[in-house]
Amino acid sequence: MMEVRLIQLTKRFGDVTAVDRVDLEVGHGEFVALLGPSGCGKTTTLLMIAGIYAPTGGEIRFDDRVVNRIPPKDRNIGMVFQSYALYPHMTVLENITFPMRLKKVPKEVMLKRAQEVADMMGIGHLMDRRPGQLSGGQQQRVALGRALAKEPDILLFDEPLSNLDARLRLSMRAEIKRLQIELGITSIYVTHDQVEAMTMADRIAVMREGKLQAYETPDDLYDRPKNLFIAGFIGNPPMNFLDVEVVHQGERYLARRPGLEVAVAPERAQKAAGRGTVILGIRPEDVTVGQGPIQGQVYVVEPLGRDDLLDIQVGDIRIHALADPARRYAMGDSVQLAIDPDAVQFFDPRTEQSLLWT
Amino acid sequence: MTTIDERIPSTLPVTARTPWWSNLRRMVAPLLFMSPASLLVLVFFFTPVLILFGISLTNLSSSTGFRNWEWVGLENYRRIFVHPQSVDVFRNTVKYVLFTLALFNVGLAMVLALLTTHIPRRTGFFFRSLWLLPRITPSVVYIMMWKYMAADAPYGILNQHLFGPLGVEPTNWLPAQAWAFVILTNGFVGASFGMIIFTSAIESIPRDYMIAALVDGCNLLQRIRYVILPMLRWPLLFVTTYQTLSLLTSFEYILLLTEGQFNTEVWSLWAYQRALNNYWGNFQWGFGAALAMILVGVGLLMAVVYMRYFQFNQLVQEPKIEAL
Repeated sequence: MMEVRLIQLTKRFGDVTAVDRVDLEVGHGEFVALLGPSGCGKTTTLLMIAGIYAPTGGEIRFDDRVVNRIPPKDRNIGMVFQSYALYPHMTVLENITFPMRLKKVPKEVMLKRAQEVADMMGIGHLMDRRPGQLSGGQQQRVALGRALAKEPDILLFDEPLSNLDARLRLSMRAEIKRLQIELGITSIYVTHDQVEAMTMADRIAVMREGKLQAYETPDDLYDRPKNLFIAGFIGNPPMNFLDVEVVHQGERYLARRPGLEVAVAPERAQKAAGRGTVILGIRPEDVTVGQGPIQGQVYVVEPLGRDDLLDIQVGDIRIHALADPARRYAMGDSVQLAIDPDAVQFFDPRTEQSLLWT
Repeated sequence: MTTIDERIPSTLPVTARTPWWSNLRRMVAPLLFMSPASLLVLVFFFTPVLILFGISLTNLSSSTGFRNWEWVGLENYRRIFVHPQSVDVFRNTVKYVLFTLALFNVGLAMVLALLTTHIPRRTGFFFRSLWLLPRITPSVVYIMMWKYMAADAPYGILNQHLFGPLGVEPTNWLPAQAWAFVILTNGFVGASFGMIIFTSAIESIPRDYMIAALVDGCNLLQRIRYVILPMLRWPLLFVTTYQTLSLLTSFEYILLLTEGQFNTEVWSLWAYQRALNNYWGNFQWGFGAALAMILVGVGLLMAVVYMRYFQFNQLVQEPKIEAL
């Protein structure tokens, strides 16, 4: 177990700044996800932690040791790749024991550990197969086994589930999460899939264009997004954004735009009132279809199984809402909408920062 | 549009209703697809070997002309077998191929490829380009430069500028160290072929393997030993086989350098001198063809040996078993 700290970590490739002054702290045994769209610098950050890239600036600390100049082999890291990266010329057993052979672990210990890990991963019967003879799911288990058998201080994951089919991804997700909690190894998990990050991580570091956007627990990220990017990036279907003006009317606060007027919770609205136009954010699940002050027309219905995702034309904009499929909404239906007054978010349109959580 | 019929694998039992010609058509189709390549192989590889073998069974030479030649059976082969020069030439050929191949065409090529892929890309590219220079130099010019370097005492770059200042007695380097020069001249050119093949193979190893090896605990040498080299089996097999065959039949540098003097006569040069460049003007085509035919046999044998040694069957991977 180990603590990882990134201090003002920067990586430049020529003129391109891939990682820009990132501060991050991963506690003992914590599971942290680096989340962001492709090209946001998350993999570069991971490779700096692994020791493949040397940072251009800043520090990487394992506990209190600065490891900037320490080669990968002396960092005691286990890593799992999207492509599995199993050596094709070695059997499963040889793949799993390879890091231990390099560390000169005694043979009996090595074989015992390999067998334990393989049994734990459910691949104990495949020990003398070659990677080419295994399915994707089996290969990923072997890769995980290889990373675990060397008893690493830190586990690094580089989009490990992206090559698996949807069902397998679900079961591997649960398995990795359980293993991580049981073994308590400090883990850093790179992904562009917010569901993976939300479901597995203790904390999520959202990155965009090399910069750290937020570093919070999944719940905070979802309920208290710090800026417009996070609000739009986290959550599926994504949050609705409307330009509104918030006005104080007697006891009530109203968010207003042409063709739309809704009451919003005073404690939230206070911070947005009197600022002119602000951006109101509301998640589709917080928009109720049925009774309400907003008039709209169903533009399109997308059945998701458990819910129907409705695309509703309100004035000149469209609002996404989730509805009960039993209600059987159809294209062109006139509907009324209500917005949960306690679930609205407000953002400054210029700085794109949240007016509530900063 | 494909009909259902065509999509059934040909191994399935044919039902009685299938007309015989559709069955035939199914067998002909793959042959048609292979025919252009097959045709090339037949015309440019098999036919010349057959003609060569035919000529080797005759006493065809410039003294018989194209009219008065006779079939002589295996007489040419018997003559080679009892020829006083055969053993020496054969030994020279083995020496020439083995040393050039091991030290340069595969050995140095691999070292160059590994070195130039472990330094910055542009620098690596620059050094690889340098190594290509001898290959794009006309062979006559290239050998002239070597001869100038190794010229007889008191001349030559070696005598005057390299070894001379170090106090080494001036020597006629070429006769003294004929084999060193034969192997060096061939090797300097030969190494660039393998270098290019190995470099592209190394650079096409997915980046994740390279990272995984370092994270798993390899230093750079261990990564070469345990990860990179095993992944180069196929190019290694290709370069070794190809260069063995190519060295067996190449003689132009030796011809230009020593003309086979100083005991540097190799098999292909011998065949060339007997069949096409005879001092006495009697071109012994039949005898030369027999000499060349032996090279074909040896080449085939070596190719089979390499395939077995590198376990060709295992390089062609077994199918995946799709299961969780």
